[in-house]
Amino acid sequence: MTGNHGPAVLGERRIAEIAEIARQIRIEILKMTAAAGSGHPGGSLSAAEILACLYFEIMGLDPANPAWPDRDRFVLSKGHAAPVLYAALALRGYFPREWLATLRQLGSPLQGHPHMRSTPGVEVSTGSLGQGLSMACGLALAAKLDKARWRTYCLLGDGESQEGQVWEAAAAAAHFGLDNLTALLDYNGLQIDGSCADVMGIEPVQERWSAFGWQVCEVDGHSVSELLTALRAASLVRGRPALIVCRTIKGKGVSFMEDQAGWHGKAPSAAELARALVELDAPEVSGGGAA
Amino acid sequence: MKRLDLARLPSEATRDAYGQELVAIGRADPRVVALDADLSGSTKSSVFAKACPERFFNVGIAEQNLVGLAAGLAAAGKIPFASTFAIFITGRAFEQVRQSVAYPNLPVKLVGSHAGVTVGPDGASHQAIEDLALMRAVPNMTVLAPADGVATRALVRSALDVPGPVYLRLGRSGVPSIYGPEGLDVTSFAAGGSQTILEGTDVTIIACGVMVAEAIAAAYLALDDGLSVGVLDCYSLKPLDGPTVLAAARRSGAIVTAEEHSVIGGLGGAIAEFLAETNPVPVVRIGLRDTFGQSGGPAELLEHYELRAKHIRAALDRALELKA
Repeated sequence: MTGNHGPAVLGERRIAEIAEIARQIRIEILKMTAAAGSGHPGGSLSAAEILACLYFEIMGLDPANPAWPDRDRFVLSKGHAAPVLYAALALRGYFPREWLATLRQLGSPLQGHPHMRSTPGVEVSTGSLGQGLSMACGLALAAKLDKARWRTYCLLGDGESQEGQVWEAAAAAAHFGLDNLTALLDYNGLQIDGSCADVMGIEPVQERWSAFGWQVCEVDGHSVSELLTALRAASLVRGRPALIVCRTIKGKGVSFMEDQAGWHGKAPSAAELARALVELDAPEVSGGGAA
Repeated sequence: MKRLDLARLPSEATRDAYGQELVAIGRADPRVVALDADLSGSTKSSVFAKACPERFFNVGIAEQNLVGLAAGLAAAGKIPFASTFAIFITGRAFEQVRQSVAYPNLPVKLVGSHAGVTVGPDGASHQAIEDLALMRAVPNMTVLAPADGVATRALVRSALDVPGPVYLRLGRSGVPSIYGPEGLDVTSFAAGGSQTILEGTDVTIIACGVMVAEAIAAAYLALDDGLSVGVLDCYSLKPLDGPTVLAAARRSGAIVTAEEHSVIGGLGGAIAEFLAETNPVPVVRIGLRDTFGQSGGPAELLEHYELRAKHIRAALDRALELKA
């Protein structure tokens, strides 16, 4: 079990280990979406470091006992990034890595969007955008009622925060003083139809969340050390919820996918997968991709 | 069963019974929590808020978040009762009910008060006439529409035993306590059940909610005319009490349904669909005929939309004609 009571300052070695896990997560994202022939690689790749930090350093978990009552909870509100969650869960030992190749297939435990009744380690069912933060607030309220120490983490998309329900939840989290809730915003700046700024502006992000009563900070969402520092600081905030704005690059790690809205919901071909894996320094696994 | 004097039975709104019973189950079961969206005084969740303030959450005028919070609480082991007006919890938050609650089969109890046209003067914006159709269509959902306070109390208790989500439809206005000690003195109600009030061989009225009392009155009118008329309170629209509905259809060979809801997708729809596949008999539906409500007094509106006993009585004749 990892917990959130580790040393405050991490050695370079541990940071490098988590960065390596993020690289492995990216490899799995690409392999599983290529095998599935559909899915959302762009917004999954942008969150690889975020998930690596949460699942391998920050959250208190017991993969052998997914129902452990005192586990920390993670809600993937941007449910289309299911591949990054599945990759993290598989690497963390919630289920066999072979399952990843069944993503999106009939009868697979890995549904196109996360479903709590299908996949060990998935806490709620998401996919329809805007609903996850409300559920995260409900989880955090339950922990408060039970005077339990576990925390709830919620990953939001930037485009997702155009949904009105996100702001209903943002208001409620502050109103109920949910200091056991940390939200992270995967701010890669792109959504299906183009840039968030063009489609429906979401700025000023920090001011909006601050005005709703949240403690807000901003980090480089691909910097493991910045993410870990911010996540630890967030857990020390008292009386209100915390938001970490993670500046990210959609498609991060694959040159031809980076910062391209077109890779929001398109799977790589076998040739594209091979090129991508070479870039991720993993040419040896390229044969395991598209069937 | 004994002939009821409907006008002399004590009157109670189902929402009042809900508030009282919620306190009772909440005191007995610490998993019970309640949420409302600024209508706690109307839905009567305010009674629970007074009794168990630490387990009550007013989310403000934000029904989508109401449902999402309830889903999160349920995912952490609580049994949330989330209430607001029927049109808002089933309509405004429909997709939240579907995605966050029903798809993962979480034990969230959705309580929609002020259903149907008997909300009265507030008018069509506040009169849910499609809520049963919406909730019936969602997989995993149990759909309940009690006829009086006694049935409401029993169904609130039994909702605790339903492992998944429940939609409980309540009304604003007082209704006769047909199951109370001065009435039929019945206390057993559960999801998937029904209450046979009368058995008849000519035609059976299948009703739910406030229309059960109207159905009983209509049956008495028909009995006085020499007809053999059954009345079935089909308070569980989903799961439907198929064997009892089937037996009624076989016994009487014709059905009239009665609901304070659109004739599309609610009780009439459920009965017609079920009998079409099992035992086709004429089904005449009483309800709102694909129209919105409007402002008016509850009794005036029941009259205007032809939802009274005399209208059901007329429908019995239509069903008998179709049967012949």
